[in-house]
Amino acid sequence: MTNAPESSSTSLPVVGPPAHLDSGVSSSSVLLELRGITKSFGAVQALKHVDLEVPAGQVTALIGDNGAGKSTLIKAIAGIYAPTSGQILWNGEEVHVHSPREAEQLGIATVYQDLALCDNLDVVQNMFLGHEETRYHQLDEISMELAAKKVLADLSVTTVKSVRQKVASLSGGQRQSIAVAKAVMRDSKLVILDEPTAALGVSQTAQVLGLIHTLASRGIAVLLISHNLADVFVVADRVAVMYLGNLVSSGPISDYDTASAVDWITTGASTRGASTMAPAS
Amino acid sequence: MSSSPEINDVDSLVPHESPWQEVWAQLKGLRRGDSGMVPIVIGIVVLVAYFQIRNSLFLSAGNLVNLFVQATTFVLLGMAEIWLLLLGDIDLSVGYVSVLGGATAVILGDGQFHWPWFLTVLMAILVTTAIGALHGAITILLRVPSFIVTLAGLLAWEGVLIYVVDAQGTGGTISDSSEKVLYDLVNTNMSTLWTIIVLAASVIASSLVLLLRDRARRRNGLTVLPFVITGLKIAAMVIAGGILVSIFNTNRGVTFAGHQVTLEGMPWAILVDIVMLAGGTAFLSRTKAGRYLYAIGGNAEAARRAGVSVNRHRLLAFMLTGFTTGIAGLLYISRQGGVSDNVDSTLVLYAVAAAVIGGTSLFGGRGKIIHALIGGLIVAIIYNGMGLLSITASAEYIAIAVVLLAAVTVDSLARRGSEVSR
Repeated sequence: MTNAPESSSTSLPVVGPPAHLDSGVSSSSVLLELRGITKSFGAVQALKHVDLEVPAGQVTALIGDNGAGKSTLIKAIAGIYAPTSGQILWNGEEVHVHSPREAEQLGIATVYQDLALCDNLDVVQNMFLGHEETRYHQLDEISMELAAKKVLADLSVTTVKSVRQKVASLSGGQRQSIAVAKAVMRDSKLVILDEPTAALGVSQTAQVLGLIHTLASRGIAVLLISHNLADVFVVADRVAVMYLGNLVSSGPISDYDTASAVDWITTGASTRGASTMAPAS
Repeated sequence: MSSSPEINDVDSLVPHESPWQEVWAQLKGLRRGDSGMVPIVIGIVVLVAYFQIRNSLFLSAGNLVNLFVQATTFVLLGMAEIWLLLLGDIDLSVGYVSVLGGATAVILGDGQFHWPWFLTVLMAILVTTAIGALHGAITILLRVPSFIVTLAGLLAWEGVLIYVVDAQGTGGTISDSSEKVLYDLVNTNMSTLWTIIVLAASVIASSLVLLLRDRARRRNGLTVLPFVITGLKIAAMVIAGGILVSIFNTNRGVTFAGHQVTLEGMPWAILVDIVMLAGGTAFLSRTKAGRYLYAIGGNAEAARRAGVSVNRHRLLAFMLTGFTTGIAGLLYISRQGGVSDNVDSTLVLYAVAAAVIGGTSLFGGRGKIIHALIGGLIVAIIYNGMGLLSITASAEYIAIAVVLLAAVTVDSLARRGSEVSR
């Protein structure tokens, strides 16, 4: 069998050059745009008129305290919750995402905190779960293994010694890397990462942050949910702060410092630092 | 066929392991329960040695063939159990369901109905597969644990069996004399030549699978197990095949009424087990559905999110259990020479014991069809050996219980070990 890497269906997409850092969002590079997204659960308004732009090739960090609405927002993007009102624009066109599968078809991949890996399967088997390649109705283990290796190499994931080891034997950082690789290997254009560094040690956190950086440099839009401001300031290009269901501030990372970010997270307002973005009404 | 430089570059990122690292990894795998074959083989050797010392007839060809035939039912029931154990489910009703399937075949082939043998066999398997589907539907739709559903099945199908058998008006037993083919399954042998051909073909086919897989991986620049290990596996299969041929093709006949009776060759029932072993293994390791059974057993939520239809595959596993149970039932009634309403209620325990002793986990996600072969063989060794030593049934039950408990404990420890090692 000849499996030229160039023709592999699982090669990572390259969506134009990385957008300029610190230069606001130019309209052409905006992959996902939320306009006035509201989500109510009965009388409770979990999201109040959220506007957010997620550009391709950049890491957008979504920060906020517990209960600020971060999870509800990503679930609205990932097709788990239908927004009560508001528009979702994908490459400038309005889309309606009714199910996780529809989100996946658009190119939105979500890696939840629980990673959804099968411990009893090996790395290749996990990465291809539900999308196995077959030849003559038999699993084509060789082409899947080659493709898995290529994806991991593309993402510079070098710590996984053998792609045929069981996921149960991997470290937390390796498991996170495999979950991310699994999410992006099928032409994903936007990857949503929910607390990818929670519960990881120092070196494993660095490994995952490196992976996030690699994703962005491949032109993929990354939406990163994190409690850890240190991680955010290492890896994010843009920041969006949520407070009690409102998106209170967003802008390039250079507009923020730790003190102002903490102000935004805890009080929904800040008078410090370089941030000049007006709160979303 | 040239591997492109890119692929080699990718490959070089993952360091090739030396043979010794590989061997070491396999040894470490033992503790995690990944390849628990070695302790099992040691167990078999100890048991065989014990029974042989106590009774020199144990290792005679005649007794060994008898042992293998006894094992065929345990092996198939163990296989039936493995489909569900992989999902973390269990079927407690396989004993009575298998006999009910057998009874279906016997009754339909009997004087009253006169169905041809292939239709009776087909019907028996259809009945047990339908019963499996029913168990599955109740388990899935009503979200009842499978052990409760099949515990109810254990009682219900025993009732149905007694009713069906008694309804024939033959006093609670139906002999199978009218159906020659069914009877022949266990009680006649293939010729010595066919014995050699079948066993040699089995060994060659499994060796080829190993060698071709290694060759394809090497051609694509993927890591390959050191040849030592593949070679050892093949050598073991060749030796086992040779030993089996010599056992089966020994004349086991006795001198009866002054003249020598010839009794040689492999019983047909064993071919049934070989075919089921090959088919089941291919299904689990080579098809998407097989892969999904493992995935659901490992993390059903992950499988669901990956787009696997969890309920459909659970139903499939229940039906495979029913299917395999039916075949086990045909061998069972063939060995019994008919069916009675008084069935050995420990059959199901032997089934679970065969699967778990062989190395399949009760907790789901880990197991192979070959585990039923090994576990079923161990159960048969204890069953046969204790019978040979005229040990009472009570002691036999206790012995098998101890082995089962030991196997489950090892399974439990292995599971804990793999959780700690993360």
